[in-house]
Amino acid sequence: MSGFDETTRTLNFDAPNSYIGRSVTRPQARRLAQGRSHYVDDMVLPRMLHVAYVRSPHAHAKIVAIESKKAAAMPGVVRIAAGADIAMVCKPYVGVLTHLAGMRSPPQYPLAMDVARWQGEPVVAVVAASRAEAEDAAEMVDVIYEELPAALDAERALDPAEPKIHKEFDSNLCFRRVVDTGGVDAAMKDAHLVVEDTIHFGRHTGVTLEPRAILADYSRADESMTVYHCGQSPHMMQGIIASRLSLDEHRVRIIARDVGGSFGIKIHTYGDEMAACALSLMLGRPVKFAADRYESFVSDIHARDHRVRAKLAVDREGNMLALEIDDLTGVGPYSMFPRSSGVECNQVLNLTGGPYKHKEYRATGTVVFQNKNLMCQYRAVGHPIAIAVAEHMVDQAAAKLGIDPLEMRKKNVVPDDAYPYKSPSGMRFEALSHQQCLAKLFEIMQYDELRREQSELRKKGVHRGIGLSCFIEVTNPSPMFYGVGGARIAAQDGCTIKLDANGSIVAATGVTEQGQGTETIMAQIAATAVGVEMSCVKVLTGDTDKVPYGGGTWASRAAGIGGEAVLQAGLALKRNILEIGAVILKTSASELDIVDGKVVKKGTEQGITLAELARICYYRGNELPVDFQPELIVTRHYRVKDYPFVFCNGVQGCLLEVDADTGFVKLLKMWCVDDCGRVINPKLVDEQVRGGIVQGIGGALYEQCLYDERGQMLNATMADYLVPMAAEMPDIETAHVQTPTKTSMLGAKGAGEAGTGGAPAAIMNAVNDALRPLGAKVTQQPITPEVVLKSLGRV
Amino acid sequence: MKAPQFAYARPASVAEAIALLAEHEDRARVLAGGQSLVPMLNFRVAAPQVLVDINRIPGLSGIEVANDHVRISALTRHTEIEHSVDIARHLPLIARAMPHVAHPAIRNRGTFGGSCALADPAAELPACALALGATFVVAGKKGERRVPAQEFFKGLYATALAPGELLVAAEFPLPKPGDASAFGELARRHGDYAIVGIAAHCAVREGKFSDLRAVFFGVGDRPVRSAKFELALEGRTAAAIAGALDALDLAPRADLYSSAATKLHLARVLAGRVLRQLFA
Amino acid sequence: MSAAADTLEISLTLNGERVKRAVPARLNLADFLRHEMELTGTHVGCEHGVCGACTVRVDGEIARSCLMFAAQADGCTVDTIEGMSDSRELEELQSAFVLYNALQCGFCTPGMLMAAQALLRDEPDPSRERIREYLSGNYCRCTGYQSIVDAVEAVAKARKGRSK
Repeated sequence: MSGFDETTRTLNFDAPNSYIGRSVTRPQARRLAQGRSHYVDDMVLPRMLHVAYVRSPHAHAKIVAIESKKAAAMPGVVRIAAGADIAMVCKPYVGVLTHLAGMRSPPQYPLAMDVARWQGEPVVAVVAASRAEAEDAAEMVDVIYEELPAALDAERALDPAEPKIHKEFDSNLCFRRVVDTGGVDAAMKDAHLVVEDTIHFGRHTGVTLEPRAILADYSRADESMTVYHCGQSPHMMQGIIASRLSLDEHRVRIIARDVGGSFGIKIHTYGDEMAACALSLMLGRPVKFAADRYESFVSDIHARDHRVRAKLAVDREGNMLALEIDDLTGVGPYSMFPRSSGVECNQVLNLTGGPYKHKEYRATGTVVFQNKNLMCQYRAVGHPIAIAVAEHMVDQAAAKLGIDPLEMRKKNVVPDDAYPYKSPSGMRFEALSHQQCLAKLFEIMQYDELRREQSELRKKGVHRGIGLSCFIEVTNPSPMFYGVGGARIAAQDGCTIKLDANGSIVAATGVTEQGQGTETIMAQIAATAVGVEMSCVKVLTGDTDKVPYGGGTWASRAAGIGGEAVLQAGLALKRNILEIGAVILKTSASELDIVDGKVVKKGTEQGITLAELARICYYRGNELPVDFQPELIVTRHYRVKDYPFVFCNGVQGCLLEVDADTGFVKLLKMWCVDDCGRVINPKLVDEQVRGGIVQGIGGALYEQCLYDERGQMLNATMADYLVPMAAEMPDIETAHVQTPTKTSMLGAKGAGEAGTGGAPAAIMNAVNDALRPLGAKVTQQPITPEVVLKSLGRV
Repeated sequence: MKAPQFAYARPASVAEAIALLAEHEDRARVLAGGQSLVPMLNFRVAAPQVLVDINRIPGLSGIEVANDHVRISALTRHTEIEHSVDIARHLPLIARAMPHVAHPAIRNRGTFGGSCALADPAAELPACALALGATFVVAGKKGERRVPAQEFFKGLYATALAPGELLVAAEFPLPKPGDASAFGELARRHGDYAIVGIAAHCAVREGKFSDLRAVFFGVGDRPVRSAKFELALEGRTAAAIAGALDALDLAPRADLYSSAATKLHLARVLAGRVLRQLFA
Repeated sequence: MSAAADTLEISLTLNGERVKRAVPARLNLADFLRHEMELTGTHVGCEHGVCGACTVRVDGEIARSCLMFAAQADGCTVDTIEGMSDSRELEELQSAFVLYNALQCGFCTPGMLMAAQALLRDEPDPSRERIREYLSGNYCRCTGYQSIVDAVEAVAKARKGRSK
């Protein structure tokens, strides 16, 4: 019994044949484990060409002249194009969202026009028969630059004396916003204690193992373009490519097949990718661009470059009264199109302190242009900063008052029975579970035992640190995220589901797969909704020709939004099938159910298999009444209506050891209790949490894009930019709390970003917990050995 | 990042290799393991016109224990050294260093000679060669010559190898009774180049340091020793280590993540921890 | 083969089959496998030997195919993920990877399996710490490594159980 109750219109997710809540393995995993994958660079098309780019070596420079005759004559070279050439077929784009009031950014072209504005900006495109030949020719292109002073220090970006990046603007300001409940000053004045700190977060980047790649194939004959793209949002890209290249949107097809990791990196509009599409248009041949690792470092979006000043006021008992932050972030010379480089800062303003009960809040966010690589959305956008700031301040106040950090949080989180609740920053929470999660964390960490052990080891000079973080996470966004601001990014999603002639189910969905298991959970939902075994379900994603118009996967929306559309479509298909079954079995639909692929009279095994039912519908329609038309294909859409975002929440714990002599931090173990609403596949959620946490560890301890005083990125290699590798990573224990959202029948919230959002906070708190008896404190990330040693006064 | 064009030659003997190097002069580079050279080509920071692949030259690989020395031939892969019973027995310092050299896939191809000829200042093997007082055997047009380790490492990626010469082996004196060695390095991630490392060798006479060679790597443009530091420990016991650390007067260079002051501090901490192993 | 040449004739045994090709000297083994031999299961992630995505087996030992030239593979035996899958040599590890969800996007997976296979061949009973250490030359951005360690450990334990 799949247990759909028609009267209450709810699904019994715990019914015996339900796949919801089961850790089934991923059907596509075996193919990937055998190397039978289809990443963009695996694709070959007839007469395909390759493009390599000459990139600006300067952070800011006038392009005086480009000499490319020698290069054009080199073996294999088909075309050389500069900014103006590409601009003839590709319109510029502006990365501004109108609902981020006052945000501004000038039009950006795929290749630099008269001025190069960051080291790594593509300047000249070289198209050749092979990538190697294109690179040979690129070396022979001579670009004459006149270096300009560069704006590289966010703190000085708005000084009149600082180089202004865009002549048309009066300053390097991109966006500014203030949130103010109005009572912060009064609350701070009367507070028993105000703690203050300034925290720096290092700019870092996604480092997807598969670099960005695109293969554009323009057909002159029918003015259509097919683009193989490893992006997360195929329909969004369809719209962008069509509008920028002046093509009919329905003649542009985007196909996302296997994607080697994205995490938000591959959801933005990159000049080198747009130029590749433009070149295909110009040449009438397939053009492939596959970024190499160096290009990835200097042109994949960076993120999380913030300086936050924070103040927290508490009363004598440790109740939080008021929180104030001032967030400064230096982005690139342009706001990234189409999602804008203001959202990360906006999230920091929206989310800092979110789990807590304080009433007064003031937050100022300033986003400034810089002559460094562009910054934009990367997994858990803004959350790692917002959470780390609040969690650090909570710990600072707790320490000053002598309150245990866990007790401090228990005291201050919004109680589980207080919902719906609105945060001082205006965020509306439907139902969260901070208290339940804290209780669970206490249990699985064996918190008291860890504290006892820590205390014993301190006597032996071993400095263990225990850190906590309480987090909220934006998931399942409504149109309030992008659509309302003018971006053509779908907040709704759809699923077209059909019963095929052989009795199998095919579900086409607008959300996409990058390895997290989207296709798997959609299959689980579809199978549950219809009443079949998962092995009969095929899920189609990623091809704009094959799936309903949707948003793709980002902001942890696939399970909650894509999943709901699949559920509704599956239930609707089931209803249609039962109508057909009723006709064939000469009974009423309410007497029937679908169990394990068979339409049966409820409580019996008598009935007709879906295969046989399909055969009748497709081949033997003569057996059906003349006035009856079976419809075995159904489409349903879903969007979040009741809330701008459906928040989820959780808590993380971190146990580590600080070597006070070397400054090295050794992670011993981490924990996460995550409430992502209804869990569809516990194992996949666990793995999202683990992978996300390790990505957060990267930002907390290892990763930073280092720039010198001339705006040159110093560590653009895998040897110099430090990503987490296996030997240093801890085991991570996970647990689930489930507070299903009532905004959908499925009740699923998102789970993909919680690990990354909460981990840096837990780690920094743990390091400071270890250092506290030594009178030291760190307030910057990544926490390198030198940062620790400096805090201890050892260097 | 595709390598620039080059011509490829695969000599079958040392003499052929030398002849090719002479013919092509500074347009040629030797390809041994390739684990450091090929990335340079892929990044196009090196663009030799000729690559001389010495990997198939017979007699250039292997570990030989002779009467008074162990000879490691230049083409011996790191992995062979890592698993060698002879190295573990006679040159335990090197055995202890090998697991820190990159990762298994790199060690399968990378060679002893390649590592020494490249002379990355953060590499383990050059430091071990210096600590163990090895002698390098170099082949050139005029035949073979021998260069003591202390004269071999000249600066950043600079060695005593003259143009057209090939490193063919290194000979390590067999340890005497009472000799001890110790190794340690600090790296953010297992297999990374060291932030700071130490390869140390000494004779232990009546529980006291004698003839200590404490070689630091990752702190300068080449593996370095501090005469002042070694002198401060000469004839002293392990108890003197802590006090001698102030005499460690390396002048490290900062790197991307560590200032010179941090490097010096870490070198002292590491020395303090590792040198005690000499008396273990 | 003493004179220097721009193009070379190579002959190798690739996934058990004899292959003869003429290759440019500068063509690296990874690109040769992916584009010349159309075996795209070997992946390119960095081209400087650090990420491990390009790991293949040459003459029985794992190596970075981005750091070898195809010309150097002349006379060698090369095994890629495709061959080691078809021969079922990796079947047990692959099944464990699927069961433990030790792969998400799959890009690191062929290289990771190569490394895991090499580890278990040389050290049949590695500790979790040792597994982490051995695999620390293979970058994964998706899993955070724990499920990979779980999968490799499970295979080691299963083999130990069978050999009793």
